[in-house]
Amino acid sequence: MKWYITKRLLMLIPVLLGVSILSFSLIHLAPGDPALTIAGERASPQVISAIREKYGLDKPITTQYWVWLKQVLRGDLGRSIVSNEYVAKEILERFPNTIELTLLSMIFAVTIGCIAGIISASRQYSVFDYSFMGLAIFGVSMPVFWLGIMLMMIFGVWLRWLPISGRISMMISFQRITGFYLLDSLITGNFAAFISSLRYLILPSVALSTIPMATIARVTRSSMLEVLRQDFIRTERAKGLSERIVIYKHAVRNAMIPVITVIGLNFGLLLAGAILTETVFSWPGIGRYVVNAVNMRDYSVVQGCVLFFALMFVIVNLITDIVYVYIDPRIHYG
Amino acid sequence: MERTRETKTQELVRRLKYNKSAVFGLVIIVILILCAVFANFIAPNSPTPSPPELFKALKPGFWSEDGLEDMPLGADGLGRCVLSRILYGARVSLTAGFVAVGIAMFLGITFGVVAGYYGGWVDAVIMRVVDIMFAFPALLLAIVIVTVLGQGLEKAMIAIGIVYTPQMARIIRSSVLYIKEMEYIEVQKAIGSSDWRIILRHVLPNSIAPVIVYGTLMLATAILDCAALGFLGLGAQPPIPEWGAMLSKSYSYIVSGAWWAATFPGIAILLSVVGLNLLGDGLRDILDPRLKT
Repeated sequence: MKWYITKRLLMLIPVLLGVSILSFSLIHLAPGDPALTIAGERASPQVISAIREKYGLDKPITTQYWVWLKQVLRGDLGRSIVSNEYVAKEILERFPNTIELTLLSMIFAVTIGCIAGIISASRQYSVFDYSFMGLAIFGVSMPVFWLGIMLMMIFGVWLRWLPISGRISMMISFQRITGFYLLDSLITGNFAAFISSLRYLILPSVALSTIPMATIARVTRSSMLEVLRQDFIRTERAKGLSERIVIYKHAVRNAMIPVITVIGLNFGLLLAGAILTETVFSWPGIGRYVVNAVNMRDYSVVQGCVLFFALMFVIVNLITDIVYVYIDPRIHYG
Repeated sequence: MERTRETKTQELVRRLKYNKSAVFGLVIIVILILCAVFANFIAPNSPTPSPPELFKALKPGFWSEDGLEDMPLGADGLGRCVLSRILYGARVSLTAGFVAVGIAMFLGITFGVVAGYYGGWVDAVIMRVVDIMFAFPALLLAIVIVTVLGQGLEKAMIAIGIVYTPQMARIIRSSVLYIKEMEYIEVQKAIGSSDWRIILRHVLPNSIAPVIVYGTLMLATAILDCAALGFLGLGAQPPIPEWGAMLSKSYSYIVSGAWWAATFPGIAILLSVVGLNLLGDGLRDILDPRLKT
């Protein structure tokens, strides 16, 4: 087990190196002078020469890469040409918002997806099965940005139940500690802020949860069906165990293994989906940040976000792989 | 005897007929293709009228008493017919999807075959690059490529094509690895056929099933991602009637009650993706039962 984790960690090195090279080349592949690309078109000649100095832009490209990599490892991702703030600082400010959004979406997706999948499998070819799987095919095909707009229209504009954009009501004073709104409001005992930030969170996270929810439902169903066909289930039924115990105690546990992989893979998709959902709901997360940066040609920000997203994606995949081996003793890891 | 003379295509069609959801998907896709091809005959109005008919802006369609008679699905913020733009949009979105998947197939098959057939360091290098590309969520990678190439529909198609290449390469590689060990390939090598001949005449035709299955499913996500880029303002630029771009221009109007301009283009995206997914799932069940989920 330890050996497997070490090996898996070692395999990360070439991938992370590749990721860094790709992010590095972003600025150099962009048309025009890299110094101008980093500093922005309206930068003064002094700023541009300072940048040229800092990144060694008159040196060979390999030297430039090492200079840049050293800065990045020290946590220096450069400055935004729009706000003139440090990119790393801006990313860390927005990061908790994206995490809150993706985590709540994942909670929705896993709970509802698994329940729908289990019901569908235990009553195969029933009305439930057909309607859940019919909904699931729409779910996996859903343009999340459009679903976001529809939810906004129905629950925000027509019914006026929930707010349509932003992170928290402007009327509420709020003290930031960790940057996670739900957590911070609980710590400070600010109940009004908790309710408000939760209300702002619901629509975007429901929109974002659709695709993983549908995928999880489909995988749970097929995995359950596979397990239910196995001999030990037949034995259990034969010895008179109730269907409830057979399904919930024995079948579900065995069926969850492939589901966990899918959950891990879908975390990455959620991050990509967050780019769209955050744009629709003006959610102050990294997704909207990167889209704005692309539109403003703010390359340092794009580069920083790309690195950050890739890092998160790689870490989530790593955790999935490790959890997978941990829960299924049948998997041979060498 | 009849059955044995049946070609593979005939067999495929026969088995597809029994898969109701795949037929349903196929019907949706055929309708969409017909809309795209005959958009200029079916569409009641021009998708980009000039001069713009601003006096029609955000007027509702058939459901309203004072709706526009010549625009059944209402007008968008610039007074353009939503229905006509959706019909022309089918042309844009389907073309974009096909081009993107075409690029991914061409690159993916090339790299996949080379990696699988030759193995060794070529394989190692190609697969490491594939691993690196898999470290990015697809949409993010597409955004990065668009940042470098610049915005626009053509660039979005290229970006999506590149992003899907690693997936195709992996599928082809594993299929080639399997076929390479078959006896008939050994025979070809023994009688001195060139590598190219073996690849083109024997390896590729036998890995066609996963290409068709994943090509169809990929087309679904390509259309979705292309619309997403359009929505973010990084894909098709106005006044091109692209479904995603139409949404991004009209969703601010929902607050003022004009829901139609932001609703119908999304339904078009959803239906085409559902159709392709149903067809793709059906084809997979038939062509590659091992992959059934």
